[in-house]
Amino acid sequence: MSHLRFGANPIRSTYLIDQANFIACHQWNFLEKLDVLARAKRGSTFLVNSPFDADNPAETWAQLPIEIQETIVRRELKVYAINAYKVARENGMGGRINTVMQTCFFALANVLPADQAIAEIKHAIEKSYGKKGAEIVAMNIKAVDATLENLYEVPIGSPDGAVRRQPGMPNHAPDFIRNVEGAMLVGQGDALPVSALPCDGTYPTGSAKWEKRNVAQFIPVWDEDVCIQCGKCVAVCPHATIRGKVYEPSELETAPATFKSTDSRDKKAFSGLKFTIQVAPEDCTGCGICVDVCPAKNKSQPSLKAINMQPQTPLREPEAENWEYFLKLPNPDRRTLDGTHIRTQQMQQPLFEFSGACAGCGETPYVKLLSQLFGDRAAIANATGCSSIYGGNLPTTPWSKDAEGRGPTWSNSLFEDNAEFGLGFRVSIDKQAMFAAELVQALREPIGADLADAILANAVQRDESDIYDQRQRVAQLKPMLETIDDPRAKQLATLADYLVKKSVWIVGGDGWAYDIGFGGLDHVIASGRNVNILVMDTEVYSNTGGQASKATPRGAVAKFAAGGKPSAKKDLGAIAMTYGNVYVASVSMGAKDEHTLKAFIEAEAYDGPSLIIAYSHCIAHGINMTTAMSHQKALVESGRWLLYRYNPDLIAQGENPLSLDSRAPKQGVKDSMYMENRFKMLTKTKPSDARKLLAEAQADVDARWKRYQAMVNLHQPETLPE
Amino acid sequence: MDLTTTYLGLNLKSPLVPSAAAPLSDDLDNLRHLEDAGAAAIVLHSLFEEQLVREKFELHHHLEYGTESFAESLTYFPEPDTFHTGPELYLEHIREAKAALSIPIIASLNGFSPGGWTEYAKLMEEAGADAIELNLYFVPTDPDVSGAAIETMFIETLRDVKYSVEIPVAVKLSPYFSNLANMAKRLDKAGADGLVLFNRFMQPDINPEELEVEAVANLSGGGDLRLPLRWIAILHDRVGADLAATGGIQHGRDVIKAVMAGAKVAQVCSALLRHGFPYLTKLEDEIRHWMEEYEYESIAQMHGSMSQANSPDASAFERAQYVRAIESFYVPDAALRVLH
Repeated sequence: MSHLRFGANPIRSTYLIDQANFIACHQWNFLEKLDVLARAKRGSTFLVNSPFDADNPAETWAQLPIEIQETIVRRELKVYAINAYKVARENGMGGRINTVMQTCFFALANVLPADQAIAEIKHAIEKSYGKKGAEIVAMNIKAVDATLENLYEVPIGSPDGAVRRQPGMPNHAPDFIRNVEGAMLVGQGDALPVSALPCDGTYPTGSAKWEKRNVAQFIPVWDEDVCIQCGKCVAVCPHATIRGKVYEPSELETAPATFKSTDSRDKKAFSGLKFTIQVAPEDCTGCGICVDVCPAKNKSQPSLKAINMQPQTPLREPEAENWEYFLKLPNPDRRTLDGTHIRTQQMQQPLFEFSGACAGCGETPYVKLLSQLFGDRAAIANATGCSSIYGGNLPTTPWSKDAEGRGPTWSNSLFEDNAEFGLGFRVSIDKQAMFAAELVQALREPIGADLADAILANAVQRDESDIYDQRQRVAQLKPMLETIDDPRAKQLATLADYLVKKSVWIVGGDGWAYDIGFGGLDHVIASGRNVNILVMDTEVYSNTGGQASKATPRGAVAKFAAGGKPSAKKDLGAIAMTYGNVYVASVSMGAKDEHTLKAFIEAEAYDGPSLIIAYSHCIAHGINMTTAMSHQKALVESGRWLLYRYNPDLIAQGENPLSLDSRAPKQGVKDSMYMENRFKMLTKTKPSDARKLLAEAQADVDARWKRYQAMVNLHQPETLPE
Repeated sequence: MDLTTTYLGLNLKSPLVPSAAAPLSDDLDNLRHLEDAGAAAIVLHSLFEEQLVREKFELHHHLEYGTESFAESLTYFPEPDTFHTGPELYLEHIREAKAALSIPIIASLNGFSPGGWTEYAKLMEEAGADAIELNLYFVPTDPDVSGAAIETMFIETLRDVKYSVEIPVAVKLSPYFSNLANMAKRLDKAGADGLVLFNRFMQPDINPEELEVEAVANLSGGGDLRLPLRWIAILHDRVGADLAATGGIQHGRDVIKAVMAGAKVAQVCSALLRHGFPYLTKLEDEIRHWMEEYEYESIAQMHGSMSQANSPDASAFERAQYVRAIESFYVPDAALRVLH
């Protein structure tokens, strides 16, 4: 929400507006959530971006929520509307409505005479876009003219509309989420008493699911006959809004009429079961990544796949009902689910869902994978950056929990200290687990030798089955402790959960890992402690708008590297490998999802520091976000990104610790680089520099490939440092 | 031995001219290598007006995408002061090529708008191009547009360009006309200084397993020369414009054939992409050896010697079907009886 003041004299003091002469609402769906006219002055002007055209102004009135209608009538507002998305789309502006809405403002607000204001807008367009070419100027000027043609006054009817404003959170949400987070969501957070907030700063998880943002204009629709049930769409979805499940056919007896289902194709693991891919229509952002990665094509009409984008509005209600039903279907037992292949692993419940990340985000699929694999026992330290904003911004959090109430513990400390912050988790968890084990030993007699010994004998907990059994033992132990009259039993009661293995993750972007937090990261991997570090490498500071980091590749244009970054990308993985006892993997989900999965599992299993560097496409690359995952294939094929795993455990087995998992680069880097605006734009701004940097970038890739090959060929098993 | 020829009023040291293709000519060093290897002139890769316009919109889209949406990151790219989104890079390339090379430089243009053809042609002339080749690349798919309308558009485009520049203008044509001889004559009348036969279009392939359309490089091979050879032989005596052969020149002997049919130059591309720039030297050596062996003194001596009018079998160039072609073989009566 922005407040803008105009005056004949310069305005120097900063304060918000209480009595606005003009209010504009750029998103129709805000009307259903927010009291957008709360500050409207009597007789002022209200402008709304409406889904309805100028030829049907009464429909705009009819669809306004009744609360808005009442305020308009009571305060005698003048109402104007424009179908801004349509005007923008029809004039080559895509989904960008700012020129359209700005033109409406100047046409209506009377801060300048309208003719003069429009002339000034056009002048400003020529000034700012002239350097990009006459066609760009013409397109924007055409949009201004089309705006004036399509702006219309809405006749004020009687306030009897059928639409009502919805509460910030649905009525069936838990109290805290409804009353506290809901108030924040509709901009009423300042009105909350301090006593309403959690005294220790701990917020409940699993709250993003109540938001229902409804931002997608198009959502994926599943074609069960074409689907090959590979799970790729589920894996790449940045917002966990498309999911797959297998279930007993009997579950379908109470299914909604439009709920889709087919036989599971996996006749071994899921014999006789039914299979469904279901979309959350109100949480999906419409990015289309799932459709892009879908490998199954309709044989008679190959432009269609097993999932296809269709308009959201008519699907919203039936699919929301199907989604609710889908969620109630039981999740498969983790002990029996094969977690080593995407097809089956993707049926693990994501405990990271509906974040506020960009549509098509390249980071969140990795975060979601982490949550599926280890979320029920994970403690996550998150560096400041995109992942801390979409991961823990008030009022809601995407971090979630399973049916047993288990889910990740998550916190963000700072930018620079995240690795140390996470190491602290490890040290603390280990200490508490050790103390818990000592107490079990001390209380062996009252607990019973069988249970106590079983608990202590299973400290390692290698797989889901071990963890399940240990949880059962702890569940058996807890009520027993209440009956033991010993202060140590009370202590053990607070620590018993630490007897189940925890998974410590340190998560952040390249700005943290390569740059600002690098000293700490180096310190932590040198500690030898069992922590897992996930670096989501967007090769740029994404959250602050694309500043160059040491992860930025040579030749890429970024802020602070406007002439193309003159030096090569730092090889963080190679640095980490020099320790010899650090598990290191370089992965790219779009290039090879099974490889990514393998790396996550190996990293977590390794009893020491692990570092996963995950290529994450980003809006700051200037790419088509819909095809970003398939672009990662081109990236890996060109050699710009290598896939490899360095597993120190293999040294002890006499095997080569380094496995180079991508093929020798082919075709050169140029084609894949120039599919990204960050490289391409340099050819339009500094063409001779671009040529030079392209040649150097190619040399970087060639040299790095040779170096890694040489490292593989070394194959000299070393002994682990003590 | 005299290998010289003239083309579009330019004096060339040989008929060997690398044809318009970005991998051959988009780099100044490559142009130098081609000259060193013996190129008599170079046709630069085409300036595609439509591509320039598309790139402008693409750049604009990416610089604006996602901006003004999050308070912490209102933009994602630095805002450069200047953009070279117009033809200036291509024009600069012409200037650099002219400064660095001593052989003629022929610019190639694929326009998009009526104003674009003439505007860019003028700019190419100003930048120092010795001639312009119009790349009339167009795959008509609208069944409501007649062939005549398209032909008229081509003629008008040529007239407009000829009117705006003083340097020679050649037209690179596709073979897909109902009556190519008529089209050639009309272009000739409209002022074409040269006709380049023929343009090679990318032909998409289908991948039946992946259900995808694949763009594949469409390099020419030896047999491809026969199509231009026939039409150059037919047109040699019918139009005043210089003729250039392109598509299928693989060996020195192919160049000889093209010249004998009536071509002033032989444009080479695929062979250089396959074998590298030094292959041009090899082609020239092959031409020299051949001329030595068969005792020719000059290229001029053989020019057009095997055109339709001059060749011993003029009707051969008009035969269309295999059934007529086999008539030239001796077929024993007995065999014919068996066939019937």
